[in-house]
This record gives sequence, structure tokens and C-alpha cells, in this order.
Amino acid sequence: MSVIVSVKNLSKQFNEIRAVDDLSFSIHEGDIYGFLGQNGAGKSTTIRMLLTLIKPTSGEINIFGKELQSNRNEILGKTGAIIERPDMYKYLSAFDNLAIFAKMSGVPVKRSFIMERLDMVGLAERHNSKVRTFSQGMKQRLGIAIALVHDPRLIILDEPTNGLDPQGIADMRNLILGLSRDMGKTVLVSSHLLSEIEVIANRMIIINKGKKITEGSVAELLNPSNTVVHLESTDNNNAWAVLQQTKWSADAVHNGAYIQVTMHKTELPQMVSALSTAGVGIISVKPRHSLEDYFLSLTNSGAHA
Amino acid sequence: MLRLLQIELYKISKRPRTYIAFAAISAIVFIFQFAFKADGESYMNLMLQNVQDSFSLDKTKAINGYFMCYIILNTLLVQVPILVALIAGDAISGEANMGTLRLILTKPVSRTELILVKFLASFIFTVMLLVWMAIMALFVSMFIFGVDDMLIFRVKGEESQILQITKDDVMWRYFAAFGYAAVALTVIAALAMLLSIFAENSIGPIIATVCIVIVCTVVSNINVPIVERNVKPWLFTSYLVGWKGFFYIGTTEDGEPIKGSLENWPAIRNSLYILIGHIILLLGISVFLFRKKDILS
Repeated sequence: MSVIVSVKNLSKQFNEIRAVDDLSFSIHEGDIYGFLGQNGAGKSTTIRMLLTLIKPTSGEINIFGKELQSNRNEILGKTGAIIERPDMYKYLSAFDNLAIFAKMSGVPVKRSFIMERLDMVGLAERHNSKVRTFSQGMKQRLGIAIALVHDPRLIILDEPTNGLDPQGIADMRNLILGLSRDMGKTVLVSSHLLSEIEVIANRMIIINKGKKITEGSVAELLNPSNTVVHLESTDNNNAWAVLQQTKWSADAVHNGAYIQVTMHKTELPQMVSALSTAGVGIISVKPRHSLEDYFLSLTNSGAHA
Repeated sequence: MLRLLQIELYKISKRPRTYIAFAAISAIVFIFQFAFKADGESYMNLMLQNVQDSFSLDKTKAINGYFMCYIILNTLLVQVPILVALIAGDAISGEANMGTLRLILTKPVSRTELILVKFLASFIFTVMLLVWMAIMALFVSMFIFGVDDMLIFRVKGEESQILQITKDDVMWRYFAAFGYAAVALTVIAALAMLLSIFAENSIGPIIATVCIVIVCTVVSNINVPIVERNVKPWLFTSYLVGWKGFFYIGTTEDGEPIKGSLENWPAIRNSLYILIGHIILLLGISVFLFRKKDILS
């Protein structure tokens, strides 16, 4: 698959602060590329450099195979973005906002076209309402409509789930998956809600203090052989005794309230079966090797790639 | 560019604050017209107290539509910069404050284009404001007070003068004066827009613009030779009231007014050059700085 975004040795210095430090990564066509990092890690600065809002101190950005600064308008004409909050003109209606940004994107504005786009994000009935009367979720949906109004090939979403309720987060997740799966779009999505990235991205990068910690496919980075399971049973001492007879004994720790066992994720049913056969009443089994643990372990250890 | 300008004008037209300026002008003009209709003679007595012995005039005829407009402009064109700053000072900072600046700049719109469009929109707003002022102060006054020869009271050096312009020689002077005022106020718009680039809310640039205008106006009125020689000629505020020059009619050696003439056209022309120079300079700095600016809002 062709490379849509190629970033090489990108750095940005704000006075004494190095917000982005020698960052390199690439995004392929059709990817949902997760951009992970804690607050202040340099995600937004990087995204702003990709959108020409911030000028890099050094480094190279190529999008659609072309150098960004010298082909700015052409590239931005094929890119849609939401940066942090979906801000728009609050004193204008949803229709006016979408029409204005469609016009700016070079899209011929017809009433039926704008209404169709508003309908896609469930705002057709509120097309005449001023944006100041909208909830955060409605603004986010209008923001999505604005980002997609010119049918871009690349979509950049910076913290798109910020401020959304659980239903809004689920809707956003489905929308991003649909953009890639059904429409073949390439999506760069940043978030500090790592559970979101875990379920939608196929590739990802983790950055900390402006530097790349790791990059790769989500499947590769989530090594299932190190899944940490928290087991709670009706009699933890009995469960502990049973586990001592199994191959997981060396990797088990009795913490009183629960037992922690490290194993390959696929071995989990086998362990549950062994405990049940021995008459242990299982209250809960929680596999804890999520991307979040992985991310936190990397950023906390200060490891750098 | 035209597409962007249409968008910008549409946005300005939809903002309630835009109409504050028009309402303020209407209110001030109405108060003037009401006051002169009710008690214009007292004002004329006050104005003429130093020259009553030399001139005899029909005071009721002197208060006509042309005269009223001149009196109103004399007062209003000093305040209008604040109204222009309200819009131009919000041009970039208002977008930054709403968060829409970053959204606009992720669209295929160049920064130079955006600044030029914002400037053009501020210029058009300024012209609209002056057109409204012309309608209210000139045409409505002509309707209320009628039309006759126009009298101008002027203090030149130590002496007070009364200039008389025949009624068929007035209208072109108003068109020229409003044109000049448009250029002068566009300097304010360009200044407010430049300051607007540095801020993320519009209050700062609006107040800063007004403060700069006040300080420069004070400096422009300091009668100290060193300031007069070295500072005043370069301050735009020294030329803000240059529109009055269109009403200073040229005279013969005997002091008879020459119809269609101006007392000092070269001075007016030079003032216009300096004002236009200010506009180009301020706009150029705005483009230069905005192209380099990191958008962090």
C-alpha cells in the first residue's frame, strides 16, 4: 500500500521547550493510525505541523508523495481535520457553518448537498438552529461533517472523543471504522483515551516528551503472551493451591483479595476449566494486558526507541 | 479570493456587534439634528460671537443641511475610529478566540489571502459606515433643514474666518471628504487588524487601537517645534481630519471665494499619500507576521 503521510526527523522547538524531537513515522493508505501519548507528549503539535498550522523547526513532511509546505493548498484540499474541539461560528446555524466551510474547501454549495451532509450526521432537523444551542456531541458531529464535506482522502482527528458521552464515543468509534472500512479513507487519530485507539487502530505510534517510543501494528505491539490475569474466587487459598499444581505456578502471585497470573491470552479458558474442575468458585477473571497497560509501562519507564 | 470575501462579508453581516456601529451613528446624528432643530440659534450665536461685528447673516438660513453635516462630521469622525476598531480588531483575534482560525487554516486557503480578505472586509465595512453616515448626516439633514449656501467657521492662526460656499459647489466636496475619510479610517482598520494578529480575544486589539489613536492624536496636537518637525508629519493621526481641506475654498487676492477650487490641494494630496503609505505598511507587516505565525489557539 502506498505511503500517504511520511514524516522524517521532525522537530519543533518553542523557546526552551522541545515539543517534538526528531520524530519519524509513516502512514499507509487505508490505515487507521493511532497517535498515542499523554497530555503534553507532542501529539497536537505534530498534528498542527501536518496541517501547516505550526512551522517545523526542522524535518520533512510529505503527504500524498508531495512536500507539504510547497504544495500546501493541494494537500489540504484532500485533507479533512478536527483539531481538539470542533469549534465553529456559534452565532451561525449548522447549515451556514457547513456551507461556509464547504465553500472554503472549494466545494460547489447547493442546498440539497449541504442538507444531505447534515442528514448523514443526524443534524438535518436542526439545520436552522444556531450552533450555540448545540450539545458537545452535536458540535462534534457537525465538526465531522465539516471535515468530510469535500470528500478528503486523509482525515486527521485530534482527540475526537474529548467531551463526548459514552454513546458519543461509541458513535465516533463506529464512524472512524466506517471511514476506513467502507470508504477507504486514511485516518490519523490521536487520543489519550487509549482504550479507543486499541479497538479502532490497525497501526500506531506512541510518543512521549516529543520523542517516538515505538511504532508498529497494534497486533504486534500487543503481545498476548504477557497477559496479566486478575482472578477472584470464593476461596482464593484453595484456588492458589490448585494453581500451584499447574504450569502457571511460577508466574502466579497471591495478593490476598485476588490472585495475579501471567499467561498467554489463549490459555485463559484452560486455567478457568482447571479451577472449575477442582471445585473453585470463580467470581471474576480480568485479563489486564490492554494497550493502556502497555502504553503506561512504556511511558513510565521512559524507554525510548 | 472573491469567494472568501463573500464568506467574510456574510459573517460580518450576521454578527450583532456589526450593527452597534450603525445604531451609534444614527443615535448621535439624531441628537445633533434634534438639538439644532430645537435651539440652533444659540449655537450660532456662540460660534459667531467673535465675528458678529464683521458679518451679518441670516442665522436661520445658515443652519441648513450642508452646514449640519459639516458640524456632525466634525464631531463624529473623531469617534468613528473606535467603531472601525470594533470590527477590524476582531478580524483575526475573534477567529482565534472562537477556535475557527485553525479550522480555516486547515482548508486550502492561503494565509496571505486570508489577511487580504479580512482587510478588504474591514475596508468595505468602513465604507458602509461612511455611506450610512452620509445618508444620516447629509441627506437626512438636507431633508430636515433644507439646502442653502454653506458657511464654514474656521480658526486659522490667530484669526477666525467664515468661509461661504455656494450651494451648487458643495456636494462634490462632500463626496471627496467622505472618500478621504474612508482612506483615513482604513488606516485605523489596518492598524487594528495588525494588532489582532497577536491576540486571542478581540478586546485587547480594540483597546490597543483606541489607545494608539488617542496617544498619537495627543502627540499630533502638541505644538512644540521639535515634535512638529520630526514626529507629526509621520503620524497618521495628523491627517485624520484632513477631509476638512475640501471645504476650505480657494479665494482671489481680494478674498472672494473661487467656485470649485480648493485652498491647498497639494496638502490634501500629500496627506492622502501618507495615509495610503500607512495602509500599505501596516498591511504588509500583517501579511509578513501572519505568514510566519504558529497557530496555537
